[in-house]
Order: sequence, then C-alpha cells, then structure tokens
Amino acid sequence: MFHDLLNKFGSSKNNSKSIPVTLSTRIRLARNLKEFPFPGKAEEVQRRAVLCKCMDAMTDMDSLKESTSLEVDDLSELDRQILVEKHLISPELSQVDEGSGIVLSSDRNCCVMINEEDHLRIQVLQPGLEFEKVWKRADELDSKIESLVNYAYDCELGFLTACPTNLGTGLRASAMMHLPGLVMSKNMDKVINAVNQLGIAVRGLFGEGSDASGSIFQISNQQTLGESEAAIIARLNETLKNIVRQENFARDKLMQDDGLRLIDKISRALGILKSCHLIQSSESMDLLSLVRLATDFNMLPERFRSLTDRMFIEIQPGHVQFSAGKPVDPSDRDRLRAELLRKEFRRSPQLNLEGAS
Amino acid sequence: MKCHHCDKQATVHLTQILNGQMHKMDLCESCAQANGVTNPENLSIGTLMVNKEDETKSPAGKMVCESCGTTHQDFKKGGRLGCEACYHVFRPILDPLLEGMHAGTQHLGKIPSASESRVQFVQSVETLKKQLFNAIENEDFEKAAELRDQLKALENEAKV
Repeated sequence: MFHDLLNKFGSSKNNSKSIPVTLSTRIRLARNLKEFPFPGKAEEVQRRAVLCKCMDAMTDMDSLKESTSLEVDDLSELDRQILVEKHLISPELSQVDEGSGIVLSSDRNCCVMINEEDHLRIQVLQPGLEFEKVWKRADELDSKIESLVNYAYDCELGFLTACPTNLGTGLRASAMMHLPGLVMSKNMDKVINAVNQLGIAVRGLFGEGSDASGSIFQISNQQTLGESEAAIIARLNETLKNIVRQENFARDKLMQDDGLRLIDKISRALGILKSCHLIQSSESMDLLSLVRLATDFNMLPERFRSLTDRMFIEIQPGHVQFSAGKPVDPSDRDRLRAELLRKEFRRSPQLNLEGAS
Repeated sequence: MKCHHCDKQATVHLTQILNGQMHKMDLCESCAQANGVTNPENLSIGTLMVNKEDETKSPAGKMVCESCGTTHQDFKKGGRLGCEACYHVFRPILDPLLEGMHAGTQHLGKIPSASESRVQFVQSVETLKKQLFNAIENEDFEKAAELRDQLKALENEAKV
C-alpha cells in the first residue's frame, strides 16, 4: 500500500521550476495538545490518544483533501528511509516505534508529523525561495487544527514545546541552499560565522549533524521566542538574499580568476556522470552539484537544474533500493546508482561556453 | 585548562555568540558528550553554564514535576521538558536559559484564539460551578440563583 502511495505521490519529479542557488523553502511549526504530556514523557495509551485526536482533526480539512495518513509502525525500514530522504519526515520520527504518524497532503508539499518530539510538527515546503506562500499555508493549516484541538499555550511563553529552543512561536523557517561558489572559494566558514551572530544556523543536507555534501546547506532561524513570526521570517529572508548575493559574487569571481579550471571541473563531472559504473552517493552529490552550477552559468539547458534536483534525492541509498524493488547491499547500490546516472545523463550536450555568464 | 564541569583536562573549547555577547567554555571529552556538544542544534552554552551553577545550589537540583515526573536531572541531561506543567515547575531555572537562547522572553507571535477562548470558557464554567456549590453549601440561595443564571447565560452563549 505504501509503495502505491509512493508511486502516486512520491515521485520526486516536480513540476515547479527550480531556480539557481535556493533549492527549497520550508516552514515548521511545533505544537502540543493541552492536557497530554509531551511525546517523550507520554505512555503508549496517551500517545495513541494524541495520534487519534490529531488524525481525526485533520481528516476533514479542505486543505488536506485526499491526504494520506500513515502510522509509522506500519512502515518498513526502507519506507521510512525514503520519507527521510524526501525530507518529509525527520530522522528522529523514523526511529520511533509506537503511536507516531504522518499526514501527507496530496501535493506532498505539506506533511504533519504526529508524536515526534512534539505532538504536532506542521511542515510546509516548496521549491524556490517562497517564504510568503509557505508561511501562509502553514499558518492556515495551523489555525484550522487549532480550531479543533486545544494547544498548550502560555500568554507569556507562547506555544509550549518539549525543547525550550522551540518555545514561543514554535517556528523553524529554513531554506536549502546550493552554495558551491562559497565552498570552492573557501568562504563558507566566514558566512557561517557571520550568520550565527544573527541567530541563524547552518546545517548539512539532512539537518542536524549531517555533512554538506553537494555544497547544499540548510539555513534556518535559531531563535523562536521574543519576536513575531513575520519578524523571524523577514530576518531570515534578508540574510538568505544576502547569502545569494555573496554566492553569485563568489561564482563570478571563480569564473574570472580561473574560469578554465572551473569549466574543466564541470566537464569532468559530466563525463563521470555519463560513464561511471560504480559510484557512491557522496561523490554523486558533488558531481551533481557541479552540473547544477553549470546550468546556473547557462552552460547547460534549464532542464538540467530540475534533473539534478531530482537526482539529489533519487541517488540516496533508500531511493536506489526502492527502485531496485528490494534491499540491496552498499556495493551493489553503487552499481545501480551509476546505472541510473548514466541513463539520465546519457544525452547531455557539450557545455555551451558561449552562453557562460 | 580544567573542565568547567569536572576537574579533568579540558579538550573541547566552545565559543558561542548569543545576542552579540561572546561566551566561552572549556569541557573535557566526557562532559562535552554528556551535554550534547556533538549535537549542535540543541546545544546552548547557556545550558552548560546553568548546570554548573545549579550543582552548588541544591534546591534546584531537587525540582521535580509532579504532573509528569520529569526531574531537574532529566532536563539537564536531555534538554527536554515533559509536559505543560514543567514550564511552571522549572521556570526559575528556565528564565536565565531563555534569555540566552532567544531574542526576548515575551511571546510576540501568533495567539491561538480559538483554543484560548475554549479553554477560558471551560475555566469560567468551572469557577461558576464551584461558586454555585459553595453558595448552596452556605445556604445563600439568592447568590446561588444569580450564579445559576450566569452559568445558563454562559452556556447559551457557547451554543450560539
């Protein structure tokens, strides 16, 4: 049943246009129900009660029409891994065993996790830099849920969360940024230090503790209390726009100073993607990152940007095994991954160096 | 250099900038791990500093939430609270933490108006019922009638 669901909703092909530098925007709201201990302290009966209450509240909502509700218990190891790789659920939720669930909207842009660290984690994501739209949807969904259940709330401390780092608005706004220019010019540490001072955190592709393979970083607000949602989002948005400027500046400079080396790097990346027979995910990420960069430089047609964005997900271990239809050991995964990449990049054209800007 | 928590040699040196102020701390390998230094999202130097202070002040160390059983120790270890009531119980140790962690300590965001008014309604009904019960106990029937009418009015209002 879950596999049907993946085929139906789970294709990582996305019709929306992908843009340079910003891969996607996400808003997450942490909420808890009144009168129930937070999930970490709840007995199984209480967790089940919360799960039922939340699922019931969401079933009849217009905004979640034709959504899919799943209990984490019912999902296999591989199913869970796939949802994590799609950034729909957190690695933490994939580890819990009892009384947790997810509600996934039919367009896959909205995913509510139930009984993760908090009773509810309402998440909305969308490709590109789209905080306004994403916040609007998250806010509406939150208000609808709130009209049906009582939230744990304190007029001084705001929404009460299991971890005090989420207290107040419970809001984590983040963007997934592709920053190869800053990485190659060795300016990323400087950027991280500078934004940290503004209360903004920088993490790897899969959040906490993950590495920044493919030069992809998740950049988000750290502070949740003492400011309105709009103020938090505006500050983050401002910072992100600044990072985009810095990234473009770094790219131009790389091209000016040693363009030939960069072009050589990109061409080699394309060559490997076209002809590899064994490849690990970290190497694939770095090569794909160069192809995305080439697209931003107009060296490759636009469609290569959405192709790389899709490949960033489909080359992950869970997805490779999913396409194989069975669990596969790591060395065989490298073979299957190479097969996929060869197929997708088989017809890639020569780099257009005329159009390079 | 000695560890901020125990007397072992400090090997982990932390610097965190919070609200424009620089905080530094030196920790040994095991204290660093115990405090989740390897887990950057939930790490706050504020937590580490408060932990040290509390070991000398014993009353905080004995705090426990009667509603869910979370102890001060649990909170120190995992950085998580167990329920709504924990926020009252641990408030004295939370306040300095929140100051270091966030932009302010007063919520300025969204207000869950629907659930707040429902909660308020339940609370006023409960209060009125209690008062009504007391009035009857004290044989103050005039007052009881008044309270009964108020209660009715409130319930009718909710139905509309």
